[in-house]
Amino acid sequence: MSLSFGVFLRTQKVTKRLVKTTNIRGVLQRCAYTYTSKMRLLAHNMLACNVKGVVNGYPLTIHATKIETNESEFNGNFIVHMLGKLDWGAFLKACKEVNASEDLPEEIPSRDAFGTEEEQYEMFLRKVHHALLEVTVVEGHLECPESGRKFPIENTIPNMLLNEDEV
Amino acid sequence: MSRPELTAPAEYFYDAAEAKKYTASSRVIEIQERLTERALELLNFPRDDVPRFLLDVGCGSGLSGDRLTELGHHWVGVDISRGMLNHAVEREVEGDVFESDIGHGVPFRPGVFDGCVSISAIQWLCNADKSEHDPRKRLKAFFSQTYRCLKRGAKCAFQFYPENARQAEMIASSALRVGFSGGLVVDYPNSTRAKKYFLVLAAGPPDSMPTAKTDEANDYANAKQDVVGRGGGKNKFKHNNNNNSEFGLGVKKKRKGDKHARTIYVGSKSHPEGKGKAWVMKKKKQMRNRGVQVANDSKYTGRKRKERF
Ligand SMILES: C[S@@+](CC[C@H](N)C(=O)[O-])C[C@H]1O[C@@H](n2cnc3c(N)ncnc32)[C@H](O)[C@@H]1O
Repeated sequence: MSLSFGVFLRTQKVTKRLVKTTNIRGVLQRCAYTYTSKMRLLAHNMLACNVKGVVNGYPLTIHATKIETNESEFNGNFIVHMLGKLDWGAFLKACKEVNASEDLPEEIPSRDAFGTEEEQYEMFLRKVHHALLEVTVVEGHLECPESGRKFPIENTIPNMLLNEDEV
Repeated sequence: MSRPELTAPAEYFYDAAEAKKYTASSRVIEIQERLTERALELLNFPRDDVPRFLLDVGCGSGLSGDRLTELGHHWVGVDISRGMLNHAVEREVEGDVFESDIGHGVPFRPGVFDGCVSISAIQWLCNADKSEHDPRKRLKAFFSQTYRCLKRGAKCAFQFYPENARQAEMIASSALRVGFSGGLVVDYPNSTRAKKYFLVLAAGPPDSMPTAKTDEANDYANAKQDVVGRGGGKNKFKHNNNNNSEFGLGVKKKRKGDKHARTIYVGSKSHPEGKGKAWVMKKKKQMRNRGVQVANDSKYTGRKRKERF
């Protein structure tokens, strides 16, 4: 069962989706082909410079030259789960760096702040979802705030390889 | 099958062409999926519909990741091979991937992952591809930094292909040395083909050790070395069979020195007295014909080892 199901899912994915591509000057283009795998802000929020001797290698500054926005499936449970792990300050900073500020609050609001306003809460979670999981940095580089070490991003993949003298 | 680990460093072995070939093989897909399922089972998350945030070490082109996605989890992957990663991007895998050498550690902040899996990758850490490479140092960097980026109590399930018993031992003990608790689970220990090694670890206090899979229930008596708990005092997993004996040490001793054997079980059911010199010579010849390097024959070939306890 597992195999045929897996293969089925993968064949489904072959159909490329239509998405928005934005270059950093804010020009919108539509293109018929895109990448969905990626470095997005969720993974970026967890990333830290691990060069030997660096103490505060977090968060890495994003210098993007090409950004894409893709739709991804919303899962409220997961976003709530991840709110407990996020470094909110680093997330807001990253949002600015990729022009994805969705007028998010300065602090994570507690669930109680929304009371019975289920919809309001979901709206908030959806905004977070969008910034965390729908914005991809395709090209550019990351920079360690302490050492200035740069990590290039090509084809959505940050190159975090270290030189032998950095370990 | 010869070991790719012996041919070239991973970043060269898994080039663009190999990445395509590997990922297109239905046999590979099926095996990697099964192994990933088993790894998730070993992580043993509560069934609560919450997608977990996982690290996939040596994620390659994302075959293991695809299965994690299908089973409802979110993953981030690291791999040293640009060829594999570009192929993952081309295939539009769901995870975010980073080019990184796990022998140098993993570039994440502390306490963020709910669990970690690795499918068919960590044996590569035992290679010394560059003059500066010291496998022990690389294992230590990998395990200590992986430990750090896991949530306290989070688990790892690493399926890997040790070259021999000593290598499995070296990998497992490096993990325990940085504070992990756990040990090896060997599935289907009596089958040369189906046998699979999983290093199952917890970042923090010991837990009960999962049970290995075996072919038949009555095989169990024969396969009592299936779970090899190791590590000093507080890091020791309890074996969750009714059998409470700790056989870690005895097994370890038996394994020492049998560096040519892929199978660590001394005394099999079919050949209780060992397989004998003629059998060993025949196997060696077969392997040579297939182009695999095997040790030269000598007066020690196929000789029984002394029992050392
Ligand atoms: C057999 S593939 C498995 C890939 C994937 N987990 C799967 O199930 O299909 C092994 C992977 O380990 C990666 N690898 C080997 N050494 C590595 C290292 N030092 N750091 C990161 N990845 C490594 C290889 O590049 C390769 O993609």
